Amino acid sequence: MTTAAAPIRAKQRPGDRVFSKSAVFAGSMILVTLAAVATFLIVQSIPALFADSEDASILDTNFWAYVGPLVFGTIWAAALALLIALPISIGIALFISHYAPRRLASALGYIVDLLAAVPSVVFGLWGIGVLAPAVQPVYSWLVDNLGWFPLFAGPVSGTGRTILTAALVLAVMIIPIITAISREVFLQTPVLHEEAALALGATRWEMIRTAVLPFGRPGIISAAVLGLGRALGETMAVAMVLSATGAVTFQLLTSVNPSTIAANIALSFPEAYGINVNVLIATGLILFIVTFAVNAIARWIVARRAEFSGAN
Amino acid sequence: MTTTITPPEPKTSSPISNSLTAGKLPNQAPWMVLGASLLVSAALFGMLALTGGEFDWAGMFVVAALVYVVTITTVSRVVEGPRKAMDRFVTALVTGAFIVAMIPLVSLTITVVTFGLNRFDVEFFTYSMRNITGEGGGAVHAIVGTLLMTGTAALISIPIGLMTSIYLVEYGRGRLARGITFLVDVMTGIPSIVAGLFAYALFAIFWGPGTRTGIAGAVALAVLMIPVVVRSSEEMLRLVPVELREAAYALGVPKWLTIVKVVLPTSIAGITTGIMLSIARVIGETAPLLIAAGFTNSLNYDMTEGRMSSLPVFVYTQYANQGNPPEAYLDRAWAAALTLILIVMALNLIARLVARFFAPKYGR
Amino acid sequence: MNLKRFGAPAVIAMTAALALSSCAANEGGSGDPAASESTLSGTLVGAGASSQDSAQQAWIAGFQTANPDVTINYDPTGSGAGRDTFLSGASDYAGSDRAFNDEEIAAGGFAKCAPDTSIVELPLYISPIAVIFNLEGVDSLNLDAATIAGIFAGDITNWNDEAIAATNEGVELPDQAITPVHRSDDSGTTENFTEYLGAAAPDVWTYEADGVWPFEGGEGAQGTSGVVDAVTNGTGTIGYADASRAGDLGTVAVGVGGEFVEYSPEAAAAIVDASPFVEGRADGDLAIELDRTSEEAGVYPIVLVSYLIACQEYAEPENVELVKAYLSYIASPEGQDVAAEAAGSAPISDSLREKVTTAIDSIQ
Repeated sequence: MTTAAAPIRAKQRPGDRVFSKSAVFAGSMILVTLAAVATFLIVQSIPALFADSEDASILDTNFWAYVGPLVFGTIWAAALALLIALPISIGIALFISHYAPRRLASALGYIVDLLAAVPSVVFGLWGIGVLAPAVQPVYSWLVDNLGWFPLFAGPVSGTGRTILTAALVLAVMIIPIITAISREVFLQTPVLHEEAALALGATRWEMIRTAVLPFGRPGIISAAVLGLGRALGETMAVAMVLSATGAVTFQLLTSVNPSTIAANIALSFPEAYGINVNVLIATGLILFIVTFAVNAIARWIVARRAEFSGAN
Repeated sequence: MTTTITPPEPKTSSPISNSLTAGKLPNQAPWMVLGASLLVSAALFGMLALTGGEFDWAGMFVVAALVYVVTITTVSRVVEGPRKAMDRFVTALVTGAFIVAMIPLVSLTITVVTFGLNRFDVEFFTYSMRNITGEGGGAVHAIVGTLLMTGTAALISIPIGLMTSIYLVEYGRGRLARGITFLVDVMTGIPSIVAGLFAYALFAIFWGPGTRTGIAGAVALAVLMIPVVVRSSEEMLRLVPVELREAAYALGVPKWLTIVKVVLPTSIAGITTGIMLSIARVIGETAPLLIAAGFTNSLNYDMTEGRMSSLPVFVYTQYANQGNPPEAYLDRAWAAALTLILIVMALNLIARLVARFFAPKYGR
Repeated sequence: MNLKRFGAPAVIAMTAALALSSCAANEGGSGDPAASESTLSGTLVGAGASSQDSAQQAWIAGFQTANPDVTINYDPTGSGAGRDTFLSGASDYAGSDRAFNDEEIAAGGFAKCAPDTSIVELPLYISPIAVIFNLEGVDSLNLDAATIAGIFAGDITNWNDEAIAATNEGVELPDQAITPVHRSDDSGTTENFTEYLGAAAPDVWTYEADGVWPFEGGEGAQGTSGVVDAVTNGTGTIGYADASRAGDLGTVAVGVGGEFVEYSPEAAAAIVDASPFVEGRADGDLAIELDRTSEEAGVYPIVLVSYLIACQEYAEPENVELVKAYLSYIASPEGQDVAAEAAGSAPISDSLREKVTTAIDSIQ
């Protein structure tokens, strides 16, 4: 506090220097950590990339044939989850920030935040014990009545533990994340923008569409990416809920479902030994790359829109 | 958003008598339509139930919701015009989204609480699992482990994460900032199980193979936590109006003081939410802790020596390796899950109080 | 003024400190010296098969109660990881669902053992694998190996199939699709089950024995708990799981030499006695070549035999007495009964115990 009294000079103050240096240091720590993780992953992965079924018992032919269906399953499950979660999360965030009575809203926001803390194991337990039996009749009905639609082709799973159920569980897991960030961003919308819109005679929805959503768009995308990151990397819940058989199929309601990379690591790692471990770590590297690609695309979208967003 | 442009209630029901209130549904209209939709739907399903089968509650509410959305939009379109109708439609959708999301959340909460309360007793909080098979036992060792490891992870990642986001928002220009943004994105993508493998391998290099310690678990969690802290804090710091900073600079306040006294307090609520989210995210991690910190049935306070149990791992092992009788193991798993949620709830509450205490007073 | 930035971690640290001041009520260390005359002390670390975990917990509890200064940690990391951990010297003993094979033993390099000495492998955990199903009104079915193989291979798809009806006269079989449930994780249970199918029904089951389910088909579920949950919550489901977890589900009596044998501890122990040891092993190495096609009466052929593996001669003498005492306890009738109660395993026969005891005595 004493430095505040220092005379105004053009040269840097010691406080500034210390502060900016420590900020740079923190940034570099990220660099170091990441370099360490990346080195570890790559070094461990190299033996797997060139392995065949003779070296590693879990490979049928080679590594790429092994990881292909898993990549498909990972993206498919996460995309379904995001498709379900994003509109609902934006809805909840808007409800909390602009629709619900203020006093009720903060309590609701609090409840939603809490759900981000439920351990994935518990989501898994809930998925097996509560959700899957509950949605199974719906799946039967969908297969019977809408079976002509390719996604809903039969035969229906007898337990309801399909990729759609896994996506639903994932959606429930990422809703709190997306909601919390979107809500904060919506609340930061400049009140002047909102009042200006309302003063021009806009309805509440028109105000949201013209003032809140454009302002919040980068935030929403950031939130969606964080959610997607969790959905892509989610391990235990998917491993427990999904009936994974490793097929490549778009069908949502059958027993035969693609597995995801993270779930597959959790399922196979405990009994893995020798080069099989390297194969699994290499699939982790692939997951890392997939997630990164998704992130990069989202960043690019945010950057492209930044100048129109209204945020400074 | 209490601001409203609508004038007071129309005194008559005649729509054309006053040009200002023309074409406006009375305030209670949505509730009346909702009640009517419920009645119609209930009647419909009642008739179905009469012809055979049970009364389908879920179906009734789904149909009622659809009927409500269609009716309110149509009525509003006829009376109030398309713009108002759109507004009503979106209001119905937003509220609907909220209710739909509440269903699994409430179901989950009820499940955890009802199952969790079975063993939510004194023994659970005073006993560890040492020398216990079958019934009884508790999770002291797991609670202590969770608090120690998550706390250490937070001590590592909050300063680093927050300073990084400050760097990115306030100082970062050019290549290094772009590089760090890029790397934070990459870090967001580290699958939790890979973070666990990494921490395990890192500590194995220095302390020999098979080393599983609390500090390794904390490092794994910190790797997962840092990008979340950076991303959310960065988002919140960017929302602080430039005018505030410029006002501070104009008064001759040094940059670092501006950040500490102006920028951070303005965004403290959002940052706290972000940090709580990140803690909430890692406190429930199972896979990395299973690999990096292992698990044990005994109490261990020492972060640097010996395995350390944690609540999520406790839940997982109790579920996955059930003995005889299985109910005792499942009850312990649920009770531990409930404990975990309560811990996060407490942390959340405290953080919110802290945020409210330090945040500048807004007009809203 | 930095308080706000460190508010959250400070709070966590405080909460942790509060928790730290508490202590587990059941952990007094050696506070009660009168209770035991044991002079053993130290820490043993074991790792390996998760199938043994419940039994290990029971053994550890029993052993630690008798020897309060001893701490034993068993990591249910899986058989493969357990063997690797033992090989690298990070654990004192291993639990594994299969013995080391000839090549692995020839390669040697067991870091904990004295150079050029062999290892001791003891089949101390015998667990019957039950074929469980969920079919309304049916508690037990008689199925021969070919039919079981047909169901799991997906050739037999309906419960009223002739092959099932042929061995189950008087049982009313519904016209319902069969959903076979298998383990989606890599497991010793799957390896033993597929090994049985391949040996007993080679015409129908053409896949090799493997810990991973060998083809895409049927429904996958994680772990024993997952399979039991899936079979319980589904309809027309059939799966395989540790017999102790069969609970209220229907179980299959397996066809052996023209008769149908329900699983029982005695029948499961009988197959081990009816099987020869692997040839060409060192004296203490009691690896068993299970005879799945045995036609002896009263033999239940679907069992999982899990080994405890230790060094014949440890390089460091410090834990030798502890290992011997612990293994002796496990092999004792008391230890086997404790496991039977906690994990539903089949106690080993007296003739096997004799050989095991000799092997344990030879450890140095």
